[in-house]
Amino acid sequence: MAAHRLPVPVVGGALGVLLGAATVASLSLGASGLLPWEPLWREISPTERAILFDIRLPRLLLGALVGAGLAVSGALMQGLFRNPLADPGLVGVGAGAGLGAVIAIVLGGALPAALRAATGIYLVPIFAFAGGWAATLILYRVASARGQTSIATMLLAGIVLGALAGAVTGLLIFAADDAQLRDLTFWGLGSLAGANWPKLAAAAPILILGLLSTPLLARGLDAMALGEPVARHMGVPVERVKRGAILAVAAMTGASVAVSGGIGFLGIVVPHILRLAIGPGHRLLLPLSALFGAALLVAADTAARLLVAPAELPIGILMALIGAPVFLWILLARRAHLEI
Amino acid sequence: MTRLFLALLLAFAPLTVAAQERVLSIGGSLTEVVVALGQEARLVGRDTTSTYPETVTDLPDVGYMRQLSPEGVLSVRPDLILLTEGAGPPETLATLRSAGVDLVTVAEGHSPEAVVAKIRAVAQALGVAQDGEILAARVADEIAAARAAAVQAPGPKPRVLFLLSNSGGRLTGSGSDTAAQAIIALAGGENALTGFAGYKALTDEAIASAAPDVLLVMERGAAGPQAKTDYRSHPAIAATPAGQAGRVVQMEGMFLLGFGPRTGQAIAALHGALYPELR
Repeated sequence: MAAHRLPVPVVGGALGVLLGAATVASLSLGASGLLPWEPLWREISPTERAILFDIRLPRLLLGALVGAGLAVSGALMQGLFRNPLADPGLVGVGAGAGLGAVIAIVLGGALPAALRAATGIYLVPIFAFAGGWAATLILYRVASARGQTSIATMLLAGIVLGALAGAVTGLLIFAADDAQLRDLTFWGLGSLAGANWPKLAAAAPILILGLLSTPLLARGLDAMALGEPVARHMGVPVERVKRGAILAVAAMTGASVAVSGGIGFLGIVVPHILRLAIGPGHRLLLPLSALFGAALLVAADTAARLLVAPAELPIGILMALIGAPVFLWILLARRAHLEI
Repeated sequence: MTRLFLALLLAFAPLTVAAQERVLSIGGSLTEVVVALGQEARLVGRDTTSTYPETVTDLPDVGYMRQLSPEGVLSVRPDLILLTEGAGPPETLATLRSAGVDLVTVAEGHSPEAVVAKIRAVAQALGVAQDGEILAARVADEIAAARAAAVQAPGPKPRVLFLLSNSGGRLTGSGSDTAAQAIIALAGGENALTGFAGYKALTDEAIASAAPDVLLVMERGAAGPQAKTDYRSHPAIAATPAGQAGRVVQMEGMFLLGFGPRTGQAIAALHGALYPELR
C-alpha cells in the first residue's frame, strides 16, 4: 500500500493549485460575464461592483470555509468512530439542523413576533444552527456516563435521534403548505446562493475556530486508531480528544448547514481520497482535507451557477452527481483496502 | 370628450414618466399582465413560472421564483424587477436592493378585485397607469360577464374535486384558501373538499366522501390525454359520481389558477365545462 502513496508535497501542491484555480474561476465566472480585473482599467457601475464584492466574494469565502469545515468534520468523525462510513450526520448535527430549519420554515409565521423581528431574514439559519447544537448536546449526554463517552452508544443514539428528528420533520412536512414544501426541498438540496457578508460574518469565526482547533486533535486521533486502551497507555487524554472532536464537528457542521443547507458527500469523499493518496495519519489528513474540501466546493459552486445560467442548480445535486462516479472510479482503480 | 382627454393623456404618458426600460418579471401572472399591457418589448427576463404567452419563453429564465440567485438576476441587467408575493429568498432580494435595482412586489389574491389590483400595480410600476386602467376595466368586465352567466346557472351547484397531482396513485386535492377553490366558486361550482386549507394528499376515503360530480385536473404537456384516463382508473375516483359519469375537466394550470388577465376567460371556460347542458 505504502508504495502507491504520493509524496505529500506533491499532493499539497496540487491541492493548492486546485484551490487557486477554483478561486480565480469563482471570482471570474458568473451569469453576468464580468471579470474581476475589470475595475483595474475601467470604471465599473454600482451593479457590477455589487456583483464582484457583495455577491461573488462573500460566496467564494463562504464556499471555501464551508467546504473545508465539512471535509474536516468528515475526517474527524471517521477517525473518532474508526469507521469509514462515519460522517457528521452521526453526531446528530445533520438531523438536528434539518429539524431546526423545517421548524423555522413551516412554523416561522407562528413564532413570537419579537423573535421574528430580532432574527429578520436569518430565522432559518439560526434555527438550523440551534437545532444542530441541541441534538449534539442530547447525544453527548446520552452517551456519557461517569466521565466516559461511549462511542458505540453515541453511534446508536445518533441513529435513533435521526429517526426521531425525521419523524417530527415528516409531521411538519404534512402540515406545510405548497410554498413551504418547495422551500424545504430546496433547503435540503443545499445552495450557496444566499451568501452575503452578514452570513459570512456569523459563520466564519465558528468555522475558522473549528478548523484551527483540529491540529490539537491529530495526535490523539492517530493513537486512538489503535484502540482506546492503547491510546490511554500512550498517555493520550482520550476523553478530551473525543470531547474536542465532537465539539469541533458540531460547531463546523452546524455553521455550514445553517448557511448553506444540506450539502452532503464532501465529508465522506474528501478524506477517503486523501487517505488513498497520503495515508491515514491525521496530522496531514486534517489540513489537506480542509484544502481539498474548500477547492472542491468552490469549484462545484462555480459550476452550479454556470450550467443553467441565469438560473442555478442546487449544489448538493452537483456534488453527488460528479463526486459519486469519481469516487467509485477511484475505488475500482485502486481496489484498495480503505484504511482509517 | 372624456375619450379625447384619455387619448391625449395616453399620447403624453410615455413622456411624463421616466420609464425603466429593462424589466424582469418574476411570476407567471405578472408576466401575463406586462404582455397584456403591451409592454413585452421591455421584458429582459422571466422566471420558470412565466410561460404564457409562448413568446416570453424565449426570454432568459432566471430560475424558480422562490430560489432566485442574485448574480443570475443581475446578469439580465434589469432596472426594475416585478415580484409576485412570495418570491425570494429574502437574502437575494436584500442583495438586489443593495445593488440599486428597483423591486416592486405585487400582492397575490384569488378574487376579481385582486386581479384588478394586480393589473393596476403592474401598470403603475411600468409607468403606464392609463393603459392599466383600460386593461383593468376590460378584465373586470370579462369577469363580471362570466360571473353573471355562472350565477344564473340553474339547479344545484356541481361538486368539483380539483386534483393538483397524481403521483403513483397518490392524489393531492385543494381545500379552502386556494386558487382552485376560488376559481371553482367563481365559475358556479362547489369545492367538493372541505375541512382543510391548502393542498393536501387525499385518502381514498376522503375522495369517496367528497363525492365529486366533476374532476378538475391540470394539463401536463404531452401526458395530458393519458392523465385523463389515469384519473378515471383510480379505484377511489371510479366509485364517485364523477368517475362513473366519466366527467374529467382538464385545463392548463396557469390559465385556470394564475388569476391574471385571462381570469374572465378561465371562469367562462370552467363554467362551460361544469354546465355542458347550457352550451
